[in-house]
Amino acid sequence: MEWIVCAVMVLFVGGLATLLAGRRVGLACWLGPASALLACGLMFGQSLLVLARGEIVSLRAPWQVPLGSLRLSLDPLSAWFALLIALVGGLSAVYGAQYLRHQPHPQRVARSWFFFNLLLASMLLVVVARNGVFFLVAWETMSLASWFLVMFDSQEARVRRAGWIYLVATHLGAAFLMAMFALLGRESAALDFNALSATGGTASAVFLLALVGFGAKAGLIPLHVWLPEAHPAAPSHVSAVMSGVMIKMGIYGLLRILPMLGPPQAWWGWTLLGLGAVSGILGILYALAQSDLKRALAYSSVENIGIISLGLGVGLLGITCQCPAMAALGLAGSLLHVANHALMKSLLFLGAGAVVHATGTRQIDELGGLLKRMPVTGLAFLVAAVAICGLPPLNGFTGELLIYLAALSGIVASPRSADVSWPLVAILAVGGLALIGGLAAACFTRVFGMVFLGEPRTAPAAHAHEAGRAMRLVLCLLAAGCLAMALLGPWVLDRLVPLVAGLIPHDFHVAAEAALASWRTALVAVAAAALVLMGLVALLVLGRRRLFAGRTIEQAGTWDCGYVAPSPRMQYTGSSFGAPLLAVFRLFIRPRVRLDGPRELFPRRASFESHLPDVFVERLFRPLFQGVAQASASLRWFQQGRIQLYVLYIAVTLLVLLIWKLG
Amino acid sequence: MLFWLDLVLVLLVLTNLRLLGSSRLASCIRTVAAQAVLLGVLPLVAHPHDVSLRVVALCLAGAAMKAGVLPWLLRRAVVSANVRSEVEPLVGFTTSLLLGIVLLGVAIHVAGQLPLPDDAGSPLLMPVALFTTVVGLFVIVSRVKAVMQALGYLAMENGVYAFGLAFAVHEPLLVEMGILLDVFVAVLVMGITIHHISREFEHIDTDRLSSLKD
Repeated sequence: MEWIVCAVMVLFVGGLATLLAGRRVGLACWLGPASALLACGLMFGQSLLVLARGEIVSLRAPWQVPLGSLRLSLDPLSAWFALLIALVGGLSAVYGAQYLRHQPHPQRVARSWFFFNLLLASMLLVVVARNGVFFLVAWETMSLASWFLVMFDSQEARVRRAGWIYLVATHLGAAFLMAMFALLGRESAALDFNALSATGGTASAVFLLALVGFGAKAGLIPLHVWLPEAHPAAPSHVSAVMSGVMIKMGIYGLLRILPMLGPPQAWWGWTLLGLGAVSGILGILYALAQSDLKRALAYSSVENIGIISLGLGVGLLGITCQCPAMAALGLAGSLLHVANHALMKSLLFLGAGAVVHATGTRQIDELGGLLKRMPVTGLAFLVAAVAICGLPPLNGFTGELLIYLAALSGIVASPRSADVSWPLVAILAVGGLALIGGLAAACFTRVFGMVFLGEPRTAPAAHAHEAGRAMRLVLCLLAAGCLAMALLGPWVLDRLVPLVAGLIPHDFHVAAEAALASWRTALVAVAAAALVLMGLVALLVLGRRRLFAGRTIEQAGTWDCGYVAPSPRMQYTGSSFGAPLLAVFRLFIRPRVRLDGPRELFPRRASFESHLPDVFVERLFRPLFQGVAQASASLRWFQQGRIQLYVLYIAVTLLVLLIWKLG
Repeated sequence: MLFWLDLVLVLLVLTNLRLLGSSRLASCIRTVAAQAVLLGVLPLVAHPHDVSLRVVALCLAGAAMKAGVLPWLLRRAVVSANVRSEVEPLVGFTTSLLLGIVLLGVAIHVAGQLPLPDDAGSPLLMPVALFTTVVGLFVIVSRVKAVMQALGYLAMENGVYAFGLAFAVHEPLLVEMGILLDVFVAVLVMGITIHHISREFEHIDTDRLSSLKD
């Protein structure tokens, strides 16, 4: 535990030191990342130790706060998330050191590093906290630190709007969490996690509060509205941390609270399963329609949180129906996907950051042809894109495979109780996952194809340059991590056994471990297949080189097949690529299209515009908040701006209270 | 001694009414100062057996502060803010006085229901204390000038002081010293604020500050 405390100290001291650096960008960009990297190293070592040995380290200290106590502990579940914080946080810090050095506002850099360190420290404290009050303090610090990071370019009205939405969403979520802890801690003197419990109706209420509170952070539909605003607004290394690990804190919170609620009820599992499927499918459909690169990635985060939630739902249903294999595989799959998504999504955001850095735009339709100009970034982005579609041989496949297996094993094992309609679980989970996977493939084909293939559509894209050395190094490391997670799948699954054991009832342990051990072979097969596939690719590359050796190679324009004067405008655009697929799903999402089509035989002018507004913003949150604003406006007469009246309100209240109390 | 105590209390009621009925700032300030002097005498006549050098010294210090320093501060604020010396009431003087009588009735009624310690001295003490507090609040609510808000605040504090006296706990004066410090700071802040408001807006009419609301 000393390492964790040291890591927090290093982060705080490093953050304060960068603040002192002030306008000296070079110094700030050295101090901040260095301290973050050191702390992440400590965090990484300690969490790896806990995961490898399966033991729990903890610390207890008195704290003079009502209901609070300074209880910290690092069990395998916490260590799993701490490991991700360390990995993504450390690499993003290195990337950010170069990313932030060349931007026009030197006075903001030091501040940004301070909040970056604060964000890492508070996330670490969230996963090690074992007391409700302490947890909430760390949670709020995390939300506020990330808000300050999002507001980096606060001179832009769009960024301020994004920050505002994020602030409202995160505080509404926190309010639900406070209610949740109040409900959980009704019968205990302190809000220590080991003393918290709930049963029956209270447990269901706590589950709902936790679902809203943590779901708002995780970005489950319909609470996802802040993600597509805040992620594009933030600097890319911050988006990577926020999307890679911070939203996973919602999943962590849910996993931490669930064991306190006793045996789960079936409808909890159904809710998570349903929300997961809806988030996954709608998230990826919205991602498919976005014209902003980082916005598309943010919607893809919604999709992946959906997959994780879907796995959790299958796991919970496995517990309620006494099917240990289904429970263990579902939970393991969703935990594995948490880690996989952290790696690939941070890689995608960092890659997108390199593109934005090089071209100055996030609009997919203004890019193109970047693979030739930024080969390393392009390849790393390709690796992440393949991984996030859930395609073998990369890591995205392993987590989804386990969730597939969970849903199918539920049918195969012919469950002992009949209160859950089995085929429906399989249809929802397998069908949902398959649909999500297919759409994700389309979405990332579009993103990668439009940004990196073809010809540059604008001058900035044509003059793009490769990212700096540190940024490239981070991209390569993360891409290697994606591959390693797939190859080390069986070993990683072994490390997940104690985590899963902590989440399922005791009488399941033997059967669950047996199920995980038997399906370990599947991951071994995946790893082996991945190795074979990579060997084949290496052979092909070598063979190609052999064949081309000693021959002249001619370079020609892409798709230069018979056009008289090919121009980059002849290429597919992002919206034209996505349109046919979106048309299939017209029932759920309706893009707003403005078409001024070509007329007459020799048309002079034609234009096409399409825009996909988020239906949850338009139909749910906007009317809701407008209603609240109107209801509040009817109380405006109360606020007259006269001190005399305000004192009169107080005086009358006091007098009435006095007379009422005495009368 | 009860005669003297009642006399002081009746005089306090009269000062309160004068505060409600007076139209000049200067006379209002003088009234509150007089109230403070009366309150300085109050502990000596209320608990004549407990009079010691320490009590006398504390009473003197309190009276000097509230009857000397604070009115001086306010007078200076009025002079430096260069305001006209009318009170400018939101509620007219006659109505104020009539309401004052009603409030006195309410105070007597409420005080009758309060559980009181046996050695409260005069049965008038509690109603007068309440009345002074309520009048202070009323002045804050019904007068325009910021100086009058400070005066209302002082009157309220005087009421609280009288209230504390009734309970004759062993160290009421010590508590009072603490309150006095608060009041001193508050009035100081108000004095400075009044000065700044008048410099910024060229008046100190708090009802016209509503342009600051959002």
